[in-house]
Amino acid sequence: MNLTLKVWRQNSAKEAGNLVSYPVKDISEDMSFLEMFDVLNEQLITKGEVPIAFDHDCREGICGMCSMFINGRPHGPKQGVTTCQLHMRSFKDGDTIVVEPWRAKAFPVVKDLVVDRSAFDRIIASGGFISVNAGNAQDANNIPIPKPDADKAFDAAACIGCGACVATCKNSSAMLFVSAKVSQLALLPQGKIEATMRVKEMVAQMDKEGFGNCSNTGACEIECPKGISLENIARMNREFYSANITE
Amino acid sequence: MSKVDSKIPAGSLAEKWTQYRSSVPLVNPANKRSIEIIVVGSGLAGASAASTLAELGYKVKCFCFQDSPRRAHSIAAQGGINAAKNYQNDGDSVYRLFYDTVKGGDYRSREANVYRLAEVSANIIDQCVAQGVPLAREYGGLLSNRSFGGTQVQRTFYAAGQTGQQLLLGAYSSLERQIGLGNVEMCARHEMLEVVLIDGKARGIIARDLISGKLERHFGHAVLICSGGYGNVFYLSTNAMGSNATAAWKAHKKGAYFGNPCFTQIHPTCIPVSGDHQSKLTLMSESLRNDGRIWVPKQKDDKRKAFDIPEEERDYYLERRYPAFGNLVPRDVASRAAKERCDAGFGVGTSKMAVYLDFAAAIERYGKQQILKLGIDNASAEEIRKHGMDVVKEKYGNLFDMYKQITGEDPYQLPMRIYPAVHYTMGGLWVDYNLMTTVPGMYALGEANFSDHGANRLGASALMQGLADGYFIIPYTIGSYLSNEIRTKAIPTSHPAFEEAEKNVQATIDRLFAIKGTHSVDHFHKKLGKIMWDKCGMARNEKGLKEAIEEIRALREEFWKDVRVTGTPNELNPELEKAGRVSDFLELGELMCMDALQRKESCGGHFREEYQTEDGEAKRDDDGFSFVAAWEYKGQGSFELHKEELNFDVVHPSQRSYK
Ligand SMILES: Cc1cc2nc3c(=O)[nH]c(=O)nc-3n(C[C@H](O)[C@H](O)[C@H](O)COP(=O)(O)OP(=O)(O)OC[C@H]3O[C@@H](n4cnc5c(N)ncnc54)[C@H](O)[C@@H]3O)c2cc1C
Ligand code: SF4
Ligand code: FES
Repeated sequence: MNLTLKVWRQNSAKEAGNLVSYPVKDISEDMSFLEMFDVLNEQLITKGEVPIAFDHDCREGICGMCSMFINGRPHGPKQGVTTCQLHMRSFKDGDTIVVEPWRAKAFPVVKDLVVDRSAFDRIIASGGFISVNAGNAQDANNIPIPKPDADKAFDAAACIGCGACVATCKNSSAMLFVSAKVSQLALLPQGKIEATMRVKEMVAQMDKEGFGNCSNTGACEIECPKGISLENIARMNREFYSANITE
Repeated sequence: MSKVDSKIPAGSLAEKWTQYRSSVPLVNPANKRSIEIIVVGSGLAGASAASTLAELGYKVKCFCFQDSPRRAHSIAAQGGINAAKNYQNDGDSVYRLFYDTVKGGDYRSREANVYRLAEVSANIIDQCVAQGVPLAREYGGLLSNRSFGGTQVQRTFYAAGQTGQQLLLGAYSSLERQIGLGNVEMCARHEMLEVVLIDGKARGIIARDLISGKLERHFGHAVLICSGGYGNVFYLSTNAMGSNATAAWKAHKKGAYFGNPCFTQIHPTCIPVSGDHQSKLTLMSESLRNDGRIWVPKQKDDKRKAFDIPEEERDYYLERRYPAFGNLVPRDVASRAAKERCDAGFGVGTSKMAVYLDFAAAIERYGKQQILKLGIDNASAEEIRKHGMDVVKEKYGNLFDMYKQITGEDPYQLPMRIYPAVHYTMGGLWVDYNLMTTVPGMYALGEANFSDHGANRLGASALMQGLADGYFIIPYTIGSYLSNEIRTKAIPTSHPAFEEAEKNVQATIDRLFAIKGTHSVDHFHKKLGKIMWDKCGMARNEKGLKEAIEEIRALREEFWKDVRVTGTPNELNPELEKAGRVSDFLELGELMCMDALQRKESCGGHFREEYQTEDGEAKRDDDGFSFVAAWEYKGQGSFELHKEELNFDVVHPSQRSYK
């Protein structure tokens, strides 16, 4: 198929960017969206132009690195997949596809489609862990954990930290991401001990990074490629209020 | 004393590690604070090492090329992690895990290392659960296990099909905790491009800030290379796009020997190549072979659809050749058998480079079981199928979905098409029992070292090794070196050795830009991959390997004359990053072929066509090749082979048979 791509080009954080049109030809529907970008970049290199910078690594939907805003939706039109898992059979011949970077104050553009998501790491560093040094652990089966809790913790832990939730939110809120980590650890007996401090520290860091407030639009849940549920936000709110009451 | 002194402690196998741990010199807490350690890599090995060393009080700097340490390639591991917990009461033990690993590695690994790995395996699970890693559980609340990779016990712990992700996020959370506490300085989006040696010891690195393009100098009393495997030398592999050999290769060129470079693992069940645009290959978990039957048509170039080919015209070649193990033969055997059929012209799909993995029989079998269980009389074939499909969906649903997403075909209706793909590298930097390379102060952990898997890795053992190295081994073994370094003050990075190293890195970058050739980096990478796959892949022979060496040399020359690196050095420039990595692959590829040429036997993943039994099975030569090949770099294209003899005091090497 033949397509027209309109891609955000921006040389660096300091310079202004704009959408640039590129025609691409003979795209096979077996290609992934990123392989289509490989083809385009190869064309640009052949012409001596600078290829488009974009983040990617695993190309199987698990590392959370890929991050394209495609036709107004993070990770494109198909629900439940990351950009790297999107295949060209989701498009048709003659389509025009607009590709932009994640947009949020807390995710400044680095170059073209690459943004800086280090704010997420700093939120985890503020409390997204259980304080246990290597070598201190008791036998893994000493504390049985009800399977439903373990399963729910796993579902929350499936977050890949891609930032699509932030990118789609009109407030650029990071609530879905933060609540997934808070929930995972709050659901487990090992995590309960530090639960109060954890939620307070992580929320404070989230605010400090410049993410917006949550107004319950639910867009994040719809666009999350890993099906992270809004229940986590509710759970985090409960944790947060009880943390502030106990104070 | 030979230069390859493995420093295996004396004593009986089961006592070595315990005795070593209680006698290894320690560094006191006050001194730890002034000792700096550089960790290159934030995968399971790097993240666990960096956080644990920081917990002990050392000053740590950790590097990764991704935008966050959480994205290291370990995140992609699916199936599980082994540990000798014996929770299932099925007869597992440290010894059994040790034995299975040595045998699975086709008797080309070091007993003492493997035994230690099996010993600490149980602690890993304890540590991960304490960190909040949500491993799969039974209804009683205890941890669940599955069996994996042909072993006879259930010792694999898992978190759905995302075990690597959950273990890495556990290690990452410990790492972030130490970052938050100020004990680790994290340098994400940084690529290590050189090791700095002072007086023969590793004393730091040169890294490129991938955003600004600036070269930086970092001092460390010790340098840990935890940079993962080099499977991407083949261009197409199940590894992430950025996985590379650069850190390990630079270490090698600075004096670290490279161990068994030709030992690569080709995984039998991956989604086949769909066209020239293909950028990477996707693994379909090994667990599928429990229920899927592998076959090709008996007739060459059969154009019929799979379901139009009647039963008697299908060749279930694994069941035919290996009646005892059938579809469950080890990875290396299954991969070679698929290649043999496709090369002989029996492959399926448009490319003819694929075989069928068929669930029809399993669907019917499970369907009938369900019908019996539910007490349904006179069920129609359609009904049986439906019930069978439900069972298969519950077991493998996510894998079937992934297959459909990638190929556009529905594996519930059509058999899957699969083909082997490069997956893991058993070879890597040679290390002694302390995980130290032949360069004092330089260590290698995780997939980057060669240490524990011999000529073939068992499923679910790489995650175990990465975390064993980082959480439980290096924190002890590094003491024996650093206890002698407490008087070494931090060396200012204005030292001439740093200056020189940075100048060399800059010169390479300048040289790459100066070429202004006509072909992209990927063009060369794909060519190299093809040479490696055709001549140093699943089957190798003397003639092919010799040709490959010549072809790689020629390609390398062409690369340095004709590669086109766009953009500028002082910006985020993925083309420059790739160019550096591919230039290293172009050197490593040659060494892999030399190693494969030198090893005149077949063992594990290394199959030399000249050395096979009458019925086409791998033939090991224990008298001639029971050694680790440790290669020393002697300048471009020139390497000297050193041998570390392998002594088997406890297990007795025997020929593997799966008939
Ligand atoms: C698809 C897939 C599935 C797998 N499934 C399993 C499984 O079920 N069970 C199992 O046991 N094993 C499995 N494996 C193997 C296992 O995942 C890996 O061997 C293991 O995770 C490697 O960990 P590591 O820490 O050594 O390296 P990696 O996780 O690869 O980490 C490498 C790190 O080094 C950094 N790095 C590399 N080069 C540089 C440089 N020059 N400068 C700075 N940083 C650098 C990277 O940024 C990264 O942080 C699987 C592998 C694949 C590909
Ligand atoms: S919650 Fe979903 S969208 Fe947000 S970072 Fe996690 S995986 Fe991505
Ligand atoms: S590239 Fe890893 S999730 Fe898309």
